[in-house]
Amino acid sequence: MNPELGHFALALAVCLAAAQGIFGLMGAQARREPLMAATPALAVGQLIALGTAFFTLVWCNVVSDFSVLNVVQNSQAAKPLLYKITGTWGNHEGSILLWCFILALCGAAVAAFGQDLPSSLRARVIGVLGATSAGFLLFALTESNPFLRVWPPPPDGQGMNPLLEDPGLALHPPILYAGYVGFAIPFAFGVAALIEGRIDALWGRWVRPWALGAWCFLTGGIALGSWWAYYELGWGGFWFWDPVENASLLPWLTGTALVHSAIVVEKREALKVWTVLLAIATFSLSLSGTFLVRSGILNSVHAFANDPARGIFILALLGLVIGSALVLFALRAPALAPGGLFSPISREGALVFNNIMLCAIAAVVFTGTTYPMFVNLLTGEQISVGKPFFDATVLPLTIPLFAAMTVGPMLPWKRAALGPVLQRLWWAALAALCVGFLVGFGVRDGLVGLAFGGAVWLALGAFADIVERVRLFRLPLRESLARAAGLPRAAWGATVAHLGMGITVAGIAGMALATHVIVALHPGEGVDFAGYHWQLERLYDAPGPNYTARVAEIAVEKDGRRVALLTPSRRSYPVQRNTVTDTAIRTNLFRDLYAAVGEEQNGKVVLRLHRNPLAPWIWLGALVMAAGGALSLSDRRLRVGAPLKAAAMAKA
Amino acid sequence: MAWLGSSLGRRLLLTLPVAAAAAGGAAFLALLERMKHGTYDPHAVPSPLIGKPVPNFTLPAQPPATAGISSADLVAAKRWVLVNFFASWCVPCQIEHPVLTELAAAGLPIWGIAYKDTVDAAKRFLTERGNPYTRLARDETGRVGIDFGVYGVPETFLIDPHGIIRWRWAGALSDDVVRDQLFPLLRGGSGA
Repeated sequence: MNPELGHFALALAVCLAAAQGIFGLMGAQARREPLMAATPALAVGQLIALGTAFFTLVWCNVVSDFSVLNVVQNSQAAKPLLYKITGTWGNHEGSILLWCFILALCGAAVAAFGQDLPSSLRARVIGVLGATSAGFLLFALTESNPFLRVWPPPPDGQGMNPLLEDPGLALHPPILYAGYVGFAIPFAFGVAALIEGRIDALWGRWVRPWALGAWCFLTGGIALGSWWAYYELGWGGFWFWDPVENASLLPWLTGTALVHSAIVVEKREALKVWTVLLAIATFSLSLSGTFLVRSGILNSVHAFANDPARGIFILALLGLVIGSALVLFALRAPALAPGGLFSPISREGALVFNNIMLCAIAAVVFTGTTYPMFVNLLTGEQISVGKPFFDATVLPLTIPLFAAMTVGPMLPWKRAALGPVLQRLWWAALAALCVGFLVGFGVRDGLVGLAFGGAVWLALGAFADIVERVRLFRLPLRESLARAAGLPRAAWGATVAHLGMGITVAGIAGMALATHVIVALHPGEGVDFAGYHWQLERLYDAPGPNYTARVAEIAVEKDGRRVALLTPSRRSYPVQRNTVTDTAIRTNLFRDLYAAVGEEQNGKVVLRLHRNPLAPWIWLGALVMAAGGALSLSDRRLRVGAPLKAAAMAKA
Repeated sequence: MAWLGSSLGRRLLLTLPVAAAAAGGAAFLALLERMKHGTYDPHAVPSPLIGKPVPNFTLPAQPPATAGISSADLVAAKRWVLVNFFASWCVPCQIEHPVLTELAAAGLPIWGIAYKDTVDAAKRFLTERGNPYTRLARDETGRVGIDFGVYGVPETFLIDPHGIIRWRWAGALSDDVVRDQLFPLLRGGSGA
């Protein structure tokens, strides 16, 4: 495969995307059926062109074509094949191409699955996606072209950042980007609806599955990134409130709000303006997150090559996409007909409350992340905002959110009374209180007790709705089970997702009890820590394919019995002149034994030893959350074809 | 809250998002501009030592110099001095070297501290590339570096005639930084 072919395919994709945008938006405006009918084909064409470009770049990496600048800068001949493939998106140019490729996939997905949409709405949605795509493809082609050549080709490349040579991180960008970019579809639906001036229950029904799908990917992507930081960076933490992490958390928060408020649009035709704003805001935050991180404006450990000149192009592009959507919102949203009324205590009320809390958390995180920059802009002072701020501000907001998370799903629509619902949750509340008090007194930390109580409340409360609906213990068990099997998958999905949140909260609470020591040991020496004896058996060198590792072998014993043999190492990559820690983690699902090896001095080696209770639950919970979303997505009502029936009924 | 229900109030409310986004965009643009000129560095870490006297230290000489440097020397100098932590093994130090040479030619005294370097390597570095430093000392263990809060070389401190630290720059000095930050300070303080 020739890099020129990829270059040409990329240029072709720009043209197809531009045509897709123009045909879709102008065709729908002028009510020209032939133009509108051409948009799905253009979207598929753009996908094919971009797919060709993307796989050409992958191929250039696989065969180590060092006439391509991007490959020279980020690869080397001795790199393992897996990392040659994943290294394609481990750098600025390649990751932008991947981003665009996923956006093209979204456009093609709407073209393929949206055949039942009204033709003008479909043309507009595809048109908005095409116009967005055209802008970013133009950026890829002009400012960050991955197909630039060097002549003469050097004999070997410079290698990739060794931190990225890791299976977890190899999969992280595609999944995270699928989440980020997936929110382009609700965004396009929102913009299209604003142009049409009409939002109804059907719109909510179309938007929700796309938002939910993107949300699942984003949840998985964030979890994977956090897991990577936990085991690869070797700092023993899982979330550092780093600007890049926050940038992924912000769209997750507003996206979670969107997934919930879209239910209200679908069921009750209320909250329409708010839902459209959330759809626009979520994608805007995704865009800002992906691209501003690359401009180097934010101080982050996850640094890509920074280039302020590129930043201006990106900012102009963001301004165009986000700005035009928000101007449209300001002009058109006032005309949207307000929907059904509801009392504050009702399912809608609970969902509004959920939205307010989620957006408040998002606002706090946004403030904390951007505050240092804006202070610098206004006063010239350098300050940094860190963990203490986020811990102190986010925590109080999660308490009412978690309290409502369990109650909300049990409230009836429109008007409800809180008393009976709370009565039906007595057992979950009791269990939560018991666990909270026991743990709180046990570890003499009220906050940890509160967190464990909250986790139990969430996990048990998640099932309260199901228990109620199948009338468990009030009907014969067999009948209850039959009812449970008959419940819509959306109900199970919500339960599983809320349960996942409970598991994650338990993991975070457990990590609050984590302990660690930093010790310097000679080989043969040991240390007693956290109820275990950690014995440094030996230190040795082990060669890798493109690195050499200094390995420490640590035997961990409890009561004289060996529980684990940990082999953390420090890898030196000679080509990149870089050293990376490779932590060793042994888990039994209830605690992690975690060891990282540091520098050597006078025959002693510095070891960092951690015991992290419940750590795996953090990511397990996120996985369960994403699974809940997927389960809900598989609900019959949302599957392809269902909207057709609904549309037919709406017409009748 | 009655105005919220009115049609005009609703319109105004719904223009808030675009206004907020525009303000955010303008701020980002301003920051990008400042980044280009080097007046904004997101990775800069504020030094708690600014406005404080230099920490107490005494360091041995780094050849070709014959006398070392101590904090008392800095106070006794009674003029603006640039203290520069460098090392022969550090690539950005080689990049910043021409800038230091120009500053020295302009008459600003620069006192160099070879940080975690061997005597011979540092000496070779200065012989090969030229020596912009008026005085030279070596901090082999990095202890004085810790007192100064140095987290990597090169790092540069501007000391005023009273021995107070006025400015710090982490990373290689560039012409932009010198023009936009160092010179205004020197001029404002009626220095060199």
